[in-house]
Amino acid sequence: MMTDIHSGNIPAASDIPETSRVPASDGAKIFKKTRDDFPILKRKIYGKPLIYLDNAATSQKPFSVIQAIQTYYENSNANIHRGVHHLAEEATSAYEAVRKKTAAFIHAKDHHSILFTRNCTEAINLAAFSWGRKFLKPGDEILLTEMEHHSNLIPWHFLKNEKGIELKFIPFNEEGILNLSKLPELLSSRTKLVSLTHISNSLGTINPIKQIIEAAHEKGALVLIDGAQSVPHLPVDVQDLNCDFLAFSSHKMLGPTGVGILYGKLELLEAMDPFMGGGEMIREVWLDHSTYSKPPWKYEAGTPNIADTIGFGAALDYLNQTGMKEIQKQEEELTRFALQRFSAEKEIKVYGPQNFKIHAGIISFNLEGIHPHDVGTILDQEGIAIRAGHHCTQPLMRKLGVSGTARASFYFYNTKEEVELLLQSIQKVFQIFHHAAAR
Amino acid sequence: MLPLDELYQEVILDHYKNPKNQGTIENPDYKGHGVNPLCGDDVEIWIKLENGKIKSLKSIGKGCAVSQASLSMMGEALQGKSIEEARQAVEKFKKGMLEGGELHFEEYPDLEALEGVKKFPVRIKCAVLPWNTFLEALESHPSA
Ligand SMILES: Cc1ncc(COP(=O)(O)O)c(C=O)c1O
Repeated sequence: MMTDIHSGNIPAASDIPETSRVPASDGAKIFKKTRDDFPILKRKIYGKPLIYLDNAATSQKPFSVIQAIQTYYENSNANIHRGVHHLAEEATSAYEAVRKKTAAFIHAKDHHSILFTRNCTEAINLAAFSWGRKFLKPGDEILLTEMEHHSNLIPWHFLKNEKGIELKFIPFNEEGILNLSKLPELLSSRTKLVSLTHISNSLGTINPIKQIIEAAHEKGALVLIDGAQSVPHLPVDVQDLNCDFLAFSSHKMLGPTGVGILYGKLELLEAMDPFMGGGEMIREVWLDHSTYSKPPWKYEAGTPNIADTIGFGAALDYLNQTGMKEIQKQEEELTRFALQRFSAEKEIKVYGPQNFKIHAGIISFNLEGIHPHDVGTILDQEGIAIRAGHHCTQPLMRKLGVSGTARASFYFYNTKEEVELLLQSIQKVFQIFHHAAAR
Repeated sequence: MLPLDELYQEVILDHYKNPKNQGTIENPDYKGHGVNPLCGDDVEIWIKLENGKIKSLKSIGKGCAVSQASLSMMGEALQGKSIEEARQAVEKFKKGMLEGGELHFEEYPDLEALEGVKKFPVRIKCAVLPWNTFLEALESHPSA
């Protein structure tokens, strides 16, 4: 039976799968447990077992995350930072504990560096608005790449129109790898910010961000990393990387929707202007002016998404228990396997790097003469969920010369069997379309 | 028939692989350009009238089998009609797709093959795109 959080039908604690209970030596058993932790993975779609390969869009949620949200509403619901009563204190400390957990997860020195937003998009917009509007002047430059998600593009378009700054772009080659030999000519003293994605959501490319961060810092530019596709899948250490900002979303890393994270170096967060005005972000208010509180609260106006932030805390616990290194290793193996199997098929065009070491678990592909939408519809009938389209990267698709791609994206709960089933179902797509061609 | 077989009927795949009326028209009486920003379907049409009737409807499109087959069939179905007749046919088609009406067209029976699309709600917009583009084209005045 499916667990329905709305029915009040909560399994007893002993029924709750807990990865940590399983002896670490038994790989297969752990894996079975892992799959069992995700209620939705038991679902059937058109009578077939769900094969969920759209993790780059959003991940599925383990039971512990779903339960944390329910438990919060059942036991601790109150508004935070404002009440003197017991519940308010409990909710506040639960919420603030997640901030600390998030800081630890990305190895931030200080948890005041962690701002909660609605999603990764809002995190990038916050940086553009609060830092960009305050510090950018006409003629300043921002360096992006040709593979950015629209959310790391449009906020900078706004600033370009408003501030008269210029945008430059690091190009990528046929394999979807950034051409860093262009970096010396693209970076100059006019460059104030380099903003780029760690992992391309459309190509799977893992960018050499550490090298780019060093090069940018040498020219005095700050660096924002869009970690939407990397933080969920591999260990990210902001101190080691020395990035100035890092943005990501809870919902792509087992957590609920409605929670995004912006990490920023504390001195920057202190210098920047607030994002939105209202409750929570103020120190003192008069009728005609106000002073602001310190980061992070300066950037969190109004009642935040308390319940889902607490759910995100449970997601971090789950990821920590599984281990980010372990997750990275499993996905690397799955990607290696998938890349090998896909490239063996002559009629499938796979985008992105061929080397699995710099190709995350995102397989973007096209089938000769068949539109990705049709591929998506046919695979869906087999219970396979993939994404078809431009994946919010229209400039990238234009450069590839396609209107879109089909995209299968993995998480650690996916299996080689699922990749095999995907390939088998791709053969069905060919059958349907080639059958017509053959007549 | 399985839903997939209904969707990807031979008629539809034939139109997708060998679309009719491809090309452009110089000095058209109307022209239109429709896109579906979510999936990237892209349709351009040119219309030439003679004696108040559609003498020629040409199109260039990119996109999925459903949108492109629908575009190809639309061209066949609407040529020879007056603007008013064409408008009525478009409304009938949209009603058929969006409100569960019939897709039975005496003058162009192929269109019935698009019945299968109705079982795939997310694909209905693909089938309707060319027809909406036609209506938009009627609002255009390229020669003005
Ligand atoms: C690389 C990248 N950046 C940013 C985003 C935006 O994330 P969200 O929609 O959660 O704001 C996404 C997800 O779609 C992404 O893949």
